[in-house]
Amino acid sequence: MNVGIEHFLTVGALLFCLGLVVALSKRNAIGVLMGVELMLNAVNLTLITFSRFSVSEQPVTGHAFTVFVITVAAAEAAVALALAVSVYRNRQTVNVDQINLLKS
Amino acid sequence: MDGAGPTLAFWALSAVTLVAAGGVLVSRNLLHAVLFLILSFVGIAGFFLLLSAEFLAMAQVVIYVGAIAVLVLFAVLLTPAVGRDNGETRFIAPALLLSVALAAVFIFVIHDTTWNTVDEDPRATVESLGTALLGRWVLPFEIASVLLTAALVGAIMLVRSPEEEAEDGLA
Repeated sequence: MNVGIEHFLTVGALLFCLGLVVALSKRNAIGVLMGVELMLNAVNLTLITFSRFSVSEQPVTGHAFTVFVITVAAAEAAVALALAVSVYRNRQTVNVDQINLLKS
Repeated sequence: MDGAGPTLAFWALSAVTLVAAGGVLVSRNLLHAVLFLILSFVGIAGFFLLLSAEFLAMAQVVIYVGAIAVLVLFAVLLTPAVGRDNGETRFIAPALLLSVALAAVFIFVIHDTTWNTVDEDPRATVESLGTALLGRWVLPFEIASVLLTAALVGAIMLVRSPEEEAEDGLA
């Protein structure tokens, strides 16, 4: 039994859905961020899969796209974790259900 | 992708990656969740190797496993009073429902489509990737570097304590 594009895409889809549950349901803001990172990784896996199996003039385009996704993910992680530390300093919590300053 | 080697590698890597991602979801301790996340990143790096993206596999290990995971660990350790609770809010049921429905749609589409694929190694080498990044994609590349600098400065500004700001006379 050979592995083809469907197998890799299925793993990417399952990983994305797992990341989605983590991002939507975790109480800790850092847990939410971990879910987002899992989703970004699933997208990267899918991009590389298409780059490997597609008929393309420029097979390296998918790789270039993935490089940019990794860059943006690193920037996002740095800012989001700085925000978490900053919120913790002011509110002594990073639980997303207790950060409700805008709620009337 | 023929042969027993790639097939075996694929199933082993999928098991490691998906079980580790499930561990992020179910583990009660936030530190354990971070360790599961790292294992999942390593599994993705293995997938990149399997798909002949050697440079990205290395970048994945260096950036995700090396930098982002350490950053997440630091953030966990810098917010001690929260405890190590990795619990869910009351949105867990709708989130699970949405996710299972989305997974069903994805898997249906993936297996229902006739993919126009080739199964030969496209030989996307590090050299061609570097040429593409500094040739065709040079503008996004420069914008990404500006974004990284801005994010770095922003992160430093966000975590400065009020005392430090008062010292600098910037507050």
